[in-house]
Amino acid sequence: MLEIKNGKKILVTPVTAEDLKDIKIGDIVYLSGSLTTCRDVAHRRVVEAGRQIPVDVKGAAILHAGPIIRPLPDDKFEMVNVGPTTSMRMEKFEYEFTKRTGVRVIVGKGGMGPETARACKDFGAIHCVFPAGNAVVAAVCVEEIVEAQWRDLGMPETLWHCRVKEFGPLIVSIDSQGRNYFEEKKVEYNKRREEQLTKICKEVSFIK
Amino acid sequence: MAHAEQVKKMTELVAKFVGYTGKVLPDDVIAKLEELRRNEDDPMAKVIYDTMFRNQQLAKDLDRPSCQDTGVIQFWVKCGTKFPLIDELEALLKEAVVKATFDTPLRHNSVETFDEYNTGKNVGKGTPTIWFDPVPKSDSCELYTYMAGGGCTLPGHAMVLMPGEGYEGVAKFVLERMTSYGLNACPPLLVGVGVATSVETAALLSKKALLRPIGSHNPNERAAKMEKLLEEGINAIGLGPQGMGGKASVLGVHIENSARHPSAIGVAVNVGCWSHRRGHIIFDKDLNYTVLSHKGVSL
Repeated sequence: MLEIKNGKKILVTPVTAEDLKDIKIGDIVYLSGSLTTCRDVAHRRVVEAGRQIPVDVKGAAILHAGPIIRPLPDDKFEMVNVGPTTSMRMEKFEYEFTKRTGVRVIVGKGGMGPETARACKDFGAIHCVFPAGNAVVAAVCVEEIVEAQWRDLGMPETLWHCRVKEFGPLIVSIDSQGRNYFEEKKVEYNKRREEQLTKICKEVSFIK
Repeated sequence: MAHAEQVKKMTELVAKFVGYTGKVLPDDVIAKLEELRRNEDDPMAKVIYDTMFRNQQLAKDLDRPSCQDTGVIQFWVKCGTKFPLIDELEALLKEAVVKATFDTPLRHNSVETFDEYNTGKNVGKGTPTIWFDPVPKSDSCELYTYMAGGGCTLPGHAMVLMPGEGYEGVAKFVLERMTSYGLNACPPLLVGVGVATSVETAALLSKKALLRPIGSHNPNERAAKMEKLLEEGINAIGLGPQGMGGKASVLGVHIENSARHPSAIGVAVNVGCWSHRRGHIIFDKDLNYTVLSHKGVSL
């Protein structure tokens, strides 16, 4: 569901492809509901080993992250710090992962590549950036850790299934049309880099 | 104070200081981020800056590290040869990191190479990193601390240019790294450049350049000019916070240099992320300390 509150676009899980239809690259959204940390080895298990993901992320969100967790009594946990890790590491798995799990919102750091863009277009999903280095802001958006699965992977790689409230800001880097914010930006950056380089080179001929 | 007690005291002070630097950014970094935030008019970039400042406030209020990646701990030590704890210093710094890791808490970021296991203590063979510069006739000890996170360690690069490539080659080397790896290293970045005679001399200088206060300049006029040109040039690329676009790209560009072999220009680049967790503290022979990076801190 897409909810607008005080001008804030909030995606509430379960999210449908229809909810994402008008969300474009560069938009800022927030997420309420189900978000599960999921990174390198969990992607491998789903895609390469063909294992069933033990947290149902259909219509929900995953976060490429390895958090710092504090254990509480009765098999409960507290989220101390959580920040996104480089999403690009999951690029080679993300098409198949999205296809098999039905995830709608993929959150991480930096851009992703053409395979993820293809997945977003084919299955109606988006990739978003949570501004990295803001691990406490992210942690306080976590209302509860609902369950922890694949604990054998250790703290960073466990699937920490969280209930979050207005988790964000999330900046859309790939939309469900498959447009890729970083790829478009890189073209601009490279052009300006060449202009600047020409300018700098004129002034640093110190070896004569 | 007995010698053993002094060792214990310094270990505790360093542990507290390292932990503190994981929660609160140094004054110069905060001031620069405030300036960049003020000058920014891109709405998306503004939201990101607002998030950063909210995060730093929350980290202070909740007494937690501000970023989940508390890095590999690195120390640059300028130790007086008459400093009473000089013999114990290396072991003491390692012990201080273990203590800080469990007290703060810091993430366990030390993986033994080849055996490929995490030591679970945040220290290992050669970590924390310690660069040791003895200072003749002095009885004090100056420490720079740095949390080298994974994201901003990744763009690090060093090579040796042929003199024919000149300083133009240096500029190209630095700028290309910014638009490839820099985007993902959490800009606005602090960029350290080493210009020297070989890879390792340039690389070490590029890291030491990151430990200089923001806004300081290389004493050589041409090197200072090149710092300014690179800073303006990289800013004009407009990476913005998180590489998503904005007015600025960097907190600053610092160059450190040495002489070179006539046939070689060693060059290296190292970057610090916006969450540049650097500390600077000086101990006298009685372990009275002065913190230069963070005003008004008592440990």
